[in-house]
Amino acid sequence: MSAARRIAGALALASTALAAPLAAQDFAITNATVAIGDGGEPIENATVLVRGGKVVAAGAGVPVPAGIERIDGQGKWVTPGLFAAVSDLGLWDVEGVGDSNDTEADESPFNAALDVAPAINPLSEHIAISRTGGITRSSVIGHPGNSIFAGQGALIDLGADPQAVTRPRAFQYAVLNEQAGRIAGGSRVSAQALFRNALREARDYAARGNIPRESADPRMVDTSAERARDVLLTRFDAAALVPVVEGTQKLYLRVERAADIRSALALKQDFPKLDLVLVGATEGWMVAEDIARARVPVIARPLVDLPNRFEQLASTQSNIGRMRAAGVDVAIGGFIGPDNQPRWAPEEAGNLVALTRVPGATGLSWGQALAAITSVPARISGLGDTAGVLKPGALGDVVIWNGDPLELSSSPVRVFIEGVEQPLDNRQTRLRDRYRTPAPGALPKAYDW
Amino acid sequence: MMKRAGMARKAALGLSCLAALAGCAAGEGKPTGLASTPVADPYPSTYRAYPGAPTALVGATVYDGAGNRIDNGTVLFAQGRVVGVGGADLAIPAGYAQIDGAGKFVTPGVIDAHSHLGVYASPGVDANSDGNEATDPSTPEVWAEHSVWPQDPGFSRALANGGVTSLQILPGSANLMGGRAVSLKNVPSRTVQGMKFPGAPYSMKMACGENPKRVYGSQGQVPSTRMGNFAVNRQTWIEAQEYAAGDHEERDLGMETLEGVLSGDIQIQNHCYRADEMALVLDMAREFGYKVAAFHHATEAYKVADLLRENDVCAAIWADWYGFKMEAYDAIPENAALVANSGACVVIHSDDPNGIQRLNQAAAKAQAAGERMGIAIPDAEVVRWFTLNPATAMGIDDRTGSLAQGKMADVVLWNGDPLSVYSRPEKVWVDGALLYDANDPKRRPVSDFELGQPGAGDVK
Repeated sequence: MSAARRIAGALALASTALAAPLAAQDFAITNATVAIGDGGEPIENATVLVRGGKVVAAGAGVPVPAGIERIDGQGKWVTPGLFAAVSDLGLWDVEGVGDSNDTEADESPFNAALDVAPAINPLSEHIAISRTGGITRSSVIGHPGNSIFAGQGALIDLGADPQAVTRPRAFQYAVLNEQAGRIAGGSRVSAQALFRNALREARDYAARGNIPRESADPRMVDTSAERARDVLLTRFDAAALVPVVEGTQKLYLRVERAADIRSALALKQDFPKLDLVLVGATEGWMVAEDIARARVPVIARPLVDLPNRFEQLASTQSNIGRMRAAGVDVAIGGFIGPDNQPRWAPEEAGNLVALTRVPGATGLSWGQALAAITSVPARISGLGDTAGVLKPGALGDVVIWNGDPLELSSSPVRVFIEGVEQPLDNRQTRLRDRYRTPAPGALPKAYDW
Repeated sequence: MMKRAGMARKAALGLSCLAALAGCAAGEGKPTGLASTPVADPYPSTYRAYPGAPTALVGATVYDGAGNRIDNGTVLFAQGRVVGVGGADLAIPAGYAQIDGAGKFVTPGVIDAHSHLGVYASPGVDANSDGNEATDPSTPEVWAEHSVWPQDPGFSRALANGGVTSLQILPGSANLMGGRAVSLKNVPSRTVQGMKFPGAPYSMKMACGENPKRVYGSQGQVPSTRMGNFAVNRQTWIEAQEYAAGDHEERDLGMETLEGVLSGDIQIQNHCYRADEMALVLDMAREFGYKVAAFHHATEAYKVADLLRENDVCAAIWADWYGFKMEAYDAIPENAALVANSGACVVIHSDDPNGIQRLNQAAAKAQAAGERMGIAIPDAEVVRWFTLNPATAMGIDDRTGSLAQGKMADVVLWNGDPLSVYSRPEKVWVDGALLYDANDPKRRPVSDFELGQPGAGDVK
């Protein structure tokens, strides 16, 4: 990056910090290798046309209207913006610094009612660093504290502007894994009982409370409905679970062991409207047919291959490939804390392509691997075909790469979110530039900024 | 300079024998008549190389680990040793099995200078948590090898997916002085002695910064500050100097290790993140006359890369971990490239049972970060970051870490460029024995723990 461009980026970042919105550009990227993100293989000498913040067309032979800005994509690759499924972006500064870490509320009186949206910090450096890595959207969760219900997650974009949340309360996140047993009083048995009771209470509450179904946030509807005395949930938590039990809000459910996955799928017998998404599913490959039959999508970490816990005995990097082969819709995700950074999504996808060349392993094709970090997670999040894919009408989230985006040597050179070009500077690039030469010059390093 | 000081001390003490090396007679050079005499090598390596066939890898791109690249190269090994490395014209002796490496790549076995496999084994349950003797801030008396569980399934993943043939198992970083590390060959064994790298020098783990002061400060004991960290360390080194100069009438396990450090027989592997603390540690090492082999994690190495070069200390680092605690807040992906650019030694380490499976990929990422800022580092040099350089930091570079005649035949045949995300090990040899073969499911180690469990013997 040239010094001029770096300064421009820094100015852009500074200006957005002052809440001056950047304008969407109309542009056409030409002569590039374009990957649509829909599972197909990349298209050479292709064009991506973005107008009014939306994708107009992408592919070979797309005509470029006169007068529109042309970006030469020669030698470059173009993809949709990447979607980091299940992250905690914007909820922490330094993982180990509890003072400002908002990922977990283990002493809160609430659980299912917790809503991460108001806490998400659009100026978090991790959002900026992830944006530099080509991530443009994410589904953000909090972690379970003292309840198997962690609360409600949000969809965000990673634009350098004050509006990060695009959909608050997009889903509820709960756990029914090994950890859930410990949280719920000491066993999986108790976790299952707590879970069923909570949904039963929510169903009961909805029936008594006459909650208007058009309400965006059922928690805020004061019904004055009488409740039975033997309730475990607060009114606020019970109200939050109404959309879950009625299937209007997705339920992200963390499970790992094959048996726990079967038990999770069986919940639909008692609560048929549940709109389930499995998170984790380390042993999903063992029950892939069941998951596929239930039409439940999965968000999984691709490179888990150790029996880190007993619920992960059968872990293998082939998990995602095998589930995909069985017809399960699987996204790469679980970008929690600094241990699994969102900007690692491309290399994780690339590793699944590597598996296609390992005898006995099951990986993904290149196109499927890219889809697993673009269109598939966007679709699972509820965005349908409006994000994570370069289709006409989709959001103009576009990344231009200096090479194959899944390859370790590649990185984004330009990032657009809804047609708005994003700064690619962050605190790390500033430190890098300051210490290009370690020893100080005429003045201490503190004056170099 | 420091090395000379160490030698002088050793001579003064009459310790001419390298105590950590096998074959060094017990008590040699010591005063006689002690009630209890240290045995030089009380838990000796019983590792023996498994049989291998004389093998010729031909037609592959060879990175020798020492910074050289040979296109269409030939690598010969037999009897556990590298016999020759050269181009297509290198003559292949009779009786060698030829393996066509066209389109493939050959490197030395990958080496991890910072692993906790075996001491923090999978599954990560409390019963397997054996890496930190977190009951005292200074525990130079503990030895990691007494914690290593050879059945940790992580060893097999490191071999099959990472091509790792040697690794250094360190105690954790709760303590200022965490105890002795142990270097292993990545060959399954019933016992840790059966994995011990023959003749590898010992290292001692030290840690500065947040961990020790947090662990002990939270218990209301010293150290609770960084200055407390240094005070405890300096006091301990003073005691070690007195012990070394003393009559050795009473054995002291911790002091024996510290004496070994002061004499130069035992290396220091120092967990340290911040630039300012690394500079302080270098002064402490000078104050007491020992040498730091490598700063581990060293997320701010790029800020003092010149100091590291001047002091001949390696930075053993991740590619791009950051942000997990305050002292990792300034980590940047260009760390390795900036350190290399300053002429200091870069080691890509894992500290992680997953990361150890992709040290080659981490190095490639670090290379790319350098490239983006205009620092071009040749592929062959980058391969050195996860082969010869960690061997150097561990003191085993005269035996492994590069493909050179007479060295251990620790070799990886990759199915593509090891710096590409799309490549994996196809075959891995340790001392010339084929211990992983992607094309042969039975050449996939399965630990006792996994045997008979769901997924045992699966590709992982």
